[in-house]
Amino acid sequence: MSDDATAGGPVEARLPAWAADYWANDLVKIGATLAAVYAVYLVIGALLGYDLSGQLNSLRRLTFLIVLYSIAALVVNLHWGYSGLFNIGVVGFMATGVYTTTMLSRPLQGQNPTGTLPGLGLPFPVAVVGGVLAAAAVGYVAALPSLRLRDDYFAIVTLAFAEIIRITVKASELQEFTVFGVTLGTGGGRGIRTYPNPVDEFFAGPGQPVVEAVSALGVDGSLVAGWAFVLVLVVLLAGVYLLITRLAESPFGRVLKAIRDDEQATLGLAKDTASFKIRAFIVGCAVLGLLGIVWQGSQGYVSPSLFIPQLTFFIWIAVIVGGAGSNTGSIVGTILFVGVVYLGPDYLRRLVEEYVSLSGSVPTFPGAVGALAGGDPQGVLLYTLDQTSTLRVVLTGVFLVWLLRTNPDGLFGDRREIASSIDLEDRVERRRARGDADGQEGGGSE
Amino acid sequence: MITYIPAIAQPPHVLSSVVDRVQRRTRLGKHGWAVLGVAFGVVLLLDLVRRLLSGDLTVALLVGYLWNGLTYGLVIGLAGVGLSLTYDLLEFANFAHGDYITVSAFVGWGAAYLIAGFGRFDPGSLFFLGVGGTLYPGDVGVSVTTAPVAILGGLVVAAAAGAVVAVTLDRVVYRSMRGMDAISLLIASIGVAFVLRYLTIYVFTQQAFGLTVSAWTYGVALPGGTVNVSAPTLLLVASSLAAMAGVHLLLTRTKLGKAMRAMAANRSLARVTGIPSERVILATWLIGGALAGLAGFMIALLQGTITYQIGWTLLLLVFAGVIMGGIGSVYGAIVGGVLIGLITRVSLVWIPASFTEAMGFLIMILILLTRPQGLFGGETA
Repeated sequence: MSDDATAGGPVEARLPAWAADYWANDLVKIGATLAAVYAVYLVIGALLGYDLSGQLNSLRRLTFLIVLYSIAALVVNLHWGYSGLFNIGVVGFMATGVYTTTMLSRPLQGQNPTGTLPGLGLPFPVAVVGGVLAAAAVGYVAALPSLRLRDDYFAIVTLAFAEIIRITVKASELQEFTVFGVTLGTGGGRGIRTYPNPVDEFFAGPGQPVVEAVSALGVDGSLVAGWAFVLVLVVLLAGVYLLITRLAESPFGRVLKAIRDDEQATLGLAKDTASFKIRAFIVGCAVLGLLGIVWQGSQGYVSPSLFIPQLTFFIWIAVIVGGAGSNTGSIVGTILFVGVVYLGPDYLRRLVEEYVSLSGSVPTFPGAVGALAGGDPQGVLLYTLDQTSTLRVVLTGVFLVWLLRTNPDGLFGDRREIASSIDLEDRVERRRARGDADGQEGGGSE
Repeated sequence: MITYIPAIAQPPHVLSSVVDRVQRRTRLGKHGWAVLGVAFGVVLLLDLVRRLLSGDLTVALLVGYLWNGLTYGLVIGLAGVGLSLTYDLLEFANFAHGDYITVSAFVGWGAAYLIAGFGRFDPGSLFFLGVGGTLYPGDVGVSVTTAPVAILGGLVVAAAAGAVVAVTLDRVVYRSMRGMDAISLLIASIGVAFVLRYLTIYVFTQQAFGLTVSAWTYGVALPGGTVNVSAPTLLLVASSLAAMAGVHLLLTRTKLGKAMRAMAANRSLARVTGIPSERVILATWLIGGALAGLAGFMIALLQGTITYQIGWTLLLLVFAGVIMGGIGSVYGAIVGGVLIGLITRVSLVWIPASFTEAMGFLIMILILLTRPQGLFGGETA
């Protein structure tokens, strides 16, 4: 694994020696966290009385979200943790990818089913490549001018870009239009039907026997395609992880880290820092485009309301929980984020509904407050249960502020991936341990 | 993690960015871009004249755009004052500012409804704007002309609510983070923004509330039609101008204003001379929050509806105005806001209505690229 773990992180210190040895391996960290979250969800599923299909579906949803958020978190980590680019327009690039692919791959006018929008009718793989390239191109346009800006201005510009993209796909003028005799469209505010999921198609066609075999075992057959798609996504995550770790270890990545630590010094070493930052940004945006294609695109339908800033916010939380600058941290942070913050409140609601007998419904807040004033706390509980998905965001925000104040480095933030290929601080440490008295202070890679 | 990046502004000469290279290659230099910009403006102006002469665009339509742009821009400018001051004083972009606008607008309108419908309806339904369909704007019948007391009361309550929200959040969140770098504070403010926005949804749901019944309007006859000047817009212009004059007097005539300007110009020097920085920061949040509250109440009055997104949709435009006017400059924020309002509305001459906001963002990006210190040279306060 890539990260140079420095011993004595927050978790290591609390473990017995034998476990700490294993914990040093990053795959074990990811696996252990995932196993713990799975175990919790299996217990919750049992408490809710889920059968095998129910449990499998609950885990499928959990894994699906973890994998997708992990990919996004890795990209944010590449942008922020490695290159110091503060991108809060993540959704914009995802929207670019999925919308381009959709518009390229939808059947030509005349061949499209009635009531759906026509497109360019390109083969699906070509459309995917097109979507990724479009996201990269938008990333280039966004990064090109913005790199001379301060971090906070850069953040505002990326957010503005994401909003411009959302406004564009929402515009009624582009809902359906004709250029050079070809009719296509974004669907405007009503959204657009995307492309069929190849994995679903496979199990509806040649893979049908597998589904039947599984159904014969008493498990819901639709889980086969679902889990197969999750496995495809896991492979994609592994690919992105490899890409980003390889990139970070390469000379290219060392320059990025050097820029993050001290841009002027790097410039002084005759590195064209702007060019490096742009390239890192584009790579990340291309991956985000692909992520949009496999995430939102796989649901069969996209609309501009999917690409609201809330999604970017969630992705950032995942990175901050793990600690920016560490790929392993990003993934562990994502597992915890999805397991606890994202899906947790909903399962909590189900548990409460299962075990607390509540009746009636309170549709409004004043109603709930009125009931409370009348000495009936059940109204507030009922209303709150109704609003779990809203309160989830509130809790996430509170959690974020708390995290920033108490533990701004995240779980793995103590890791420092230094820019040089030789760890100078390590040498100083070793020399100190040998008892050299000249007590040099650590090198300047902070 | 955040401590990795030195939070220094890059001196322009260090980052020889691509834009610089483009500038060099195209032999345009700094003045070249200004010339290009002016030329583009002249072309647009000529096109405007041509459209007016050819009748594509009537005078009434253009004046209507200008009037709408002015009122919209005043709201943006009002909201921008607080954002600009805190951005300058505390050195971070407060992404929660838009949601200060939302929360105080809801509270202010709740108060306006309470005053207008007092005794006639259930106070709970009134204050929560009849969420869940218990009350409709037609029942209460609030408008500037039929219930002026309610509107003015709501205005005051909205300003108070904005001030309370801003100060409370500073005490709870930002105060203990004073020494941290700009990006940590920015991320924290995004967290605060989401907390406020979704608490608003928790209380008011995602429903869009109609607020007012139609008020008195005066039709100004112009070639090609009439321009409607409504009572709400007149109130908006009057109260915005009054608030801005108040801020101007505060900054120039009072000790507090002097201290604020001193803090903005040089924080360390100000502290050395004995200015109580925390008290000045508190005053800044108070003023900024109150103006945000005013802006929130006004924008809801202008649109006649309110949703939980009302402040968030305004925020990027407010940023655009603040950046245009130069961060830290109160007058710049107002002028920048009015300009953004005018630009987004007058751009309707050329582009469809769906893209007006995008136009504002685009202008902001262009300003950041060509004049990040703002149009007026970044003179503070």
